[in-house]
Amino acid sequence: METLKTAVETRDDLLAVEMKNISKVYPNGIAANRNVDFSVRFGEIHALIGENGAGKSSLMKILFGLEQPTEGEIFINGEAVKLASPSQAIAHGIGMVHQHFMLVPTLTVAENMVLGMPPKKGIIIDYKKAVDMTAEIAKRYGFNVDPEARVMDIPVGMKQKVEILKALLRGAKILILDEPTAVLTSKETVELFRQLRLLRDEGFTIVFISHRLNEIKELTDRMTIMRGGRSMGVYETKGITEQQISQRMVGRDVILTVEKDKSQPGDVILEVRDLSYINEWDKRMLDRVSFNLRAGEILGIAGVEGNGQRELVDILFNLREPEGGAVYVNGHEITGLTQRRIRDLGVSLIPEDRMVFGIAGDAGIADNIIADRFDKKAYNRGPIFNMKSIHEETDRLIREYRIVSRDRNQKVGMLSGGNIQKVVVAREFSSDPILIIADQPTRGIDVGATEFIRARLVELSRAGAAVLLVSADLNEVMEMSDRLIIFYGGHIAASFDDTTTLTDELMGEYMLGLRTQASEPKEEKTHV
Amino acid sequence: MSQFFDTIFKPEFVFAIIRITSPILFAALASVIAEKAGVVNIGLEGTMMISALFGTLISFWTQSWLIGVLGALVVGILLGAMMGFFALRLRTNIILVGIALNILGSGGTVFLLYLFTGMRGNTSSLSSPNILIPTWNIPLLKDIPVVGAMFSGHAVLTYVAFILVFVVWFLLYKTSLGLNIRAVGENSNAARSVGISVQRIQYIALMLSGALSGLGGAFMSMYYSQSWNTGIVAGRGFIALAAQAMGRGEPVGTMFSSLLFGTAQALETRVSGIQGVSSYLVASIPYVVTILGLVLYMLSAKRKVRRLHQKLKNRQDAEQRT
Repeated sequence: METLKTAVETRDDLLAVEMKNISKVYPNGIAANRNVDFSVRFGEIHALIGENGAGKSSLMKILFGLEQPTEGEIFINGEAVKLASPSQAIAHGIGMVHQHFMLVPTLTVAENMVLGMPPKKGIIIDYKKAVDMTAEIAKRYGFNVDPEARVMDIPVGMKQKVEILKALLRGAKILILDEPTAVLTSKETVELFRQLRLLRDEGFTIVFISHRLNEIKELTDRMTIMRGGRSMGVYETKGITEQQISQRMVGRDVILTVEKDKSQPGDVILEVRDLSYINEWDKRMLDRVSFNLRAGEILGIAGVEGNGQRELVDILFNLREPEGGAVYVNGHEITGLTQRRIRDLGVSLIPEDRMVFGIAGDAGIADNIIADRFDKKAYNRGPIFNMKSIHEETDRLIREYRIVSRDRNQKVGMLSGGNIQKVVVAREFSSDPILIIADQPTRGIDVGATEFIRARLVELSRAGAAVLLVSADLNEVMEMSDRLIIFYGGHIAASFDDTTTLTDELMGEYMLGLRTQASEPKEEKTHV
Repeated sequence: MSQFFDTIFKPEFVFAIIRITSPILFAALASVIAEKAGVVNIGLEGTMMISALFGTLISFWTQSWLIGVLGALVVGILLGAMMGFFALRLRTNIILVGIALNILGSGGTVFLLYLFTGMRGNTSSLSSPNILIPTWNIPLLKDIPVVGAMFSGHAVLTYVAFILVFVVWFLLYKTSLGLNIRAVGENSNAARSVGISVQRIQYIALMLSGALSGLGGAFMSMYYSQSWNTGIVAGRGFIALAAQAMGRGEPVGTMFSSLLFGTAQALETRVSGIQGVSSYLVASIPYVVTILGLVLYMLSAKRKVRRLHQKLKNRQDAEQRT
């Protein structure tokens, strides 16, 4: 990685926001921020950039008083402050535009604007004044909103303007925008950027959270890059290229290697053909995605979250209905089949959200283990359960998967994250699957459990199972996969049949859309 | 059959509808306020039972119908606050709190009555004219033929019920409390993000809801059946929930759906007088109408959603073409 001059703070620079040595550790032990320094100058647009889970949102929640830091200090306009609630942050001139709008749909724009502080005439709300106030502030900052329209009837772009105006009306001088362009059309984005620049020129300070490099290059003055809860440095936007940003954003802190033999691919187990999906906001999340997965190999799917991976996994397990295309397992079309039938074909799933889809937290280990097999003959004696065989099987799996627990009836929700995932894995791996869909199988769990699960996945694949590994962890996908696909914007941006020659830099550029395989010179393409 | 038409084409029938609608309307408006604040108050039935009992007892002890009504109102508010304490503070499921309140209303009242008076199951021996809610003959209006017979001479609380339709509308749409209630009910995060205390607003809504159903209870025991007994509310708290749903949670719409259910009950009392009609069948009329009403409501709501969808699609298509 080449050296790059970081933006230097001179003593004279007045800082609108200064967060020093912020750490945030959640009660479950997950550290969202580690010793982060973050500062914003007066009147600049400052990007806070990083992948999902890099700690951007957590840092901004602390700044807006929604979360309390475990450690660290906050200064607003040079003055040390404690921000215990959003109202205190608002009082210090901080406004936040959340990704999910904080608007009441059936109220009008004006009513939303004055919510919590309406102008009154006696006991009656002075609605006319609310309309006037809205029209006035909208005019002053050049925002085009209709004060008397109901929020449910206005387009998304206008809703966002209402949110920004709401913050301005409450006296915000520092605006935090959490991925504001995620919901906008390109036309609306252009409009938003124009307005944000105007606000900056008026002296407002703006923090712009995003992971879209082109937008950041276009709009912002400086940026703070985050990865894995840490700050990777502060840079002048002019002095850094998109490639350099991507290297700092995506990349591995420690390179880990997984030992595995070369794969011996067998028959095609999973065939995905022209799969398309449009989500409830009419966004195309999957666009005619096709690939094959053979027995005995691990196919990795990499990508920044939100580029279609979740939709793909949901469709593979029929938790969503595709808009078009088909999925075949061992030659059987599975679209429209129940999860039971899909499992009967030999498919296993390690779901991304283990607490909701992987386990029943209030049920014991044994109950969770037999959840997919309780109707099998081995566990029944006539109409009642054969408790003896259920207990034997559970105890065997607890030993084999080294699940640390008090006994087989302990509530799974009470176990540690790693042991919860081991319960999921014990169930999913012990049903003789021919296809394992592993969605973020090691996210947020301890090193021991991570290594154990990775080793098991390799072992199962070498024994003939097909493994589809979806992961946002670069280490994991690069080291585990025999072949690799990168998702970007619902497309397969790149696919590699050999992962050994891949570099972090190249991966980052594909994952962030700086490069696609179709448009690059032939010699850079990996061999077929 | 002609006998039947004779009874319903009379001003007395309209008078009966208005009288019978009143308690349903009180409870339905109670449900409107709670629903708007995003809390489901299914404890209306129990609240009515308990405040009906206290209305009778307090008016008997003080020999004043007005203090009795106010007593019922206060009891209603306290029960609303109690629901709030369990559901909002202690985070119990509000449906369960409502069910508990309803059970308390049917069983606890019998116990309380025995405790206070030694009477079992009803208060018929407590009744005396000056503890009942008086009626009001409206000057001038009462002398107009037909109209006078329909609208004059109702209990004071009946007029209050219909005036409350306007009051509740005013509260919800013209005051800042109403704005807060609607904001909390629809998007509590949005309300919280601008510094509104969601819990406080929901407490207030439940207490207002309790106050209104308290008045409904007082109407039942202090006017409608002239005394308290164990079967006095007879499902009106639940019919009110249906009326609220059919009225789309809006005060005026809820008044009309309450009138529909009131009509069904009035019809029941008329038809049951006719020979040769099974009284069991007749007794089911109000409940059947409730179900039919809800079915029709759901169908129309579904159609509306479909139309909205179509409209949205057309708009998108138009946008795409440009």
